[in-house]
Amino acid sequence: MPNAARLSVTGSERVGPYTLVRVERRGIEPGAAGQFFMLEAPGRLLPRPFSLCIAPPGELGFLVDPIGPGTEAIAALAPGDEIGVLGPLGNGYRLDVERPLLVGGGIGIAPLPYLLEQLGGSAPVALGFRSAEHAEAASLLPGAEVVVDPVLVTELIEPDSAGRDWDVLACGPEPMLRAVAALCPTAQLAWEAPMACGYGACYGCVVEIDSALKRLCLEGPVLDASRVRPQVEAVA
Amino acid sequence: MRLLNASGCLDALAAPEVARELDGFVTKTVTPLPREGAAPPRIAETAHGMLNAIGLANPGRERFLADHLPRLRELGVPVWVSVGGFCADDYAETCSRLTDIEAVELNLSCPNVDEAADSAAEIVAACRSATPLPLYAKLSAAHPDIAEVARAVAAAGADGLSLVNTLRGTALDKQLRPMLARGSGGYSGPALKPVALHAVRVCAEATGLPIVGMGGVASGRDALEFLACGARDVALGTVLFSDPGAPARVRSELAAACADAGVASPDDAVGIAKTPETGEKITA
Repeated sequence: MPNAARLSVTGSERVGPYTLVRVERRGIEPGAAGQFFMLEAPGRLLPRPFSLCIAPPGELGFLVDPIGPGTEAIAALAPGDEIGVLGPLGNGYRLDVERPLLVGGGIGIAPLPYLLEQLGGSAPVALGFRSAEHAEAASLLPGAEVVVDPVLVTELIEPDSAGRDWDVLACGPEPMLRAVAALCPTAQLAWEAPMACGYGACYGCVVEIDSALKRLCLEGPVLDASRVRPQVEAVA
Repeated sequence: MRLLNASGCLDALAAPEVARELDGFVTKTVTPLPREGAAPPRIAETAHGMLNAIGLANPGRERFLADHLPRLRELGVPVWVSVGGFCADDYAETCSRLTDIEAVELNLSCPNVDEAADSAAEIVAACRSATPLPLYAKLSAAHPDIAEVARAVAAAGADGLSLVNTLRGTALDKQLRPMLARGSGGYSGPALKPVALHAVRVCAEATGLPIVGMGGVASGRDALEFLACGARDVALGTVLFSDPGAPARVRSELAAACADAGVASPDDAVGIAKTPETGEKITA
């Protein structure tokens, strides 16, 4: 049983079009990078899933893209408000890689700051955003290489000067992840799906994994690229 | 009163700690053949509830019996198996293979697959011949006269009723496209409660059968209302998604709700709801 707690919001700050919501940590462990938490959305029936973005001492921070009533309610939380938090849930990134390259697209940069910290802070980071405003969120990852649409973040994935491939750890929109899977068959991809529960109860979050519909909350959200269908080139 | 989960709202093998807080675990519906289920998106939140179109995803009868059921029995929680199918023989064959479980719930009302060819009463009758286990018929409040269906399944040999299944619903996104890949799904959550309470009242009155009441139960007070309308047992559904601690919470709230209502115990509340004006039970 994952830990559940009601936690006080300790801070909320704008990061480009996103909001970084911080809650007190109390009995909730930050878990492995890439694991996720279900956050109560005030006034809504169902919680929403978020990967952990930052884990400062005593706090947990989540990057929220206010795209609907639930995420808007979470982004509108103010210090002192209390919300229910369940987690950490699912499977995160494996950190036993030799040459990590972090690749993020849009709100998919969310798990990367905590992942970078877990890796010791020294891995290269490549980020892609759809606009300059969205790219302001790159401030969460100082030193990252950043591209803005129409340049794609996958264009930054090249063998290093010695010609060696990277161990790509990625998170972003599905087309980006499929493109990364095609480029880097050994990549680890943090996938996304609508979820009602986060712990295997609702069967709502299925995605095609190993050629079958499986619950992302239990199998992922971080998946080996070999388990998903890579991007297929369009046939004229 | 026993506190159960609504079928399809908990995976006891994935979350055994949650299942152990219940007085019985009801499985996801088992069909004769494996079903991968509906394409995603499968769930959508609405203003007062949620839609799901899971499509009876399940491992199929043989794998359920060989692999899942033995592991479920080891949890130490009474197991209710939800049985589904597409004709009476489908249901009956599965029932005949079930042993060493608490009860069978016949899913006669899944909103996300085509209806079985046979009537609810025909299915219950076939299952009655196939098993001595307690048979609970799960009905939908979408039927114009659910009490009539309840009487028919009672006459066919049902030992109890599970009320209610979800209602079909549709939700659209900003671009006016259906939010679910299937277009429509089963509507559950708080909005279902008044519909479910009515179904429990009229079916309790019509049959006198034991009823597992469900539909929007999120608190001890909600559970007490189902009991007052005639349910003997109560199941938690959608609330488990947002609160895996709901079983223990609802149980403790129920004790307080009984005290608030001046009822000695949950079992003493069964069927006590009366109309304010006549003091009589409402029928249809």
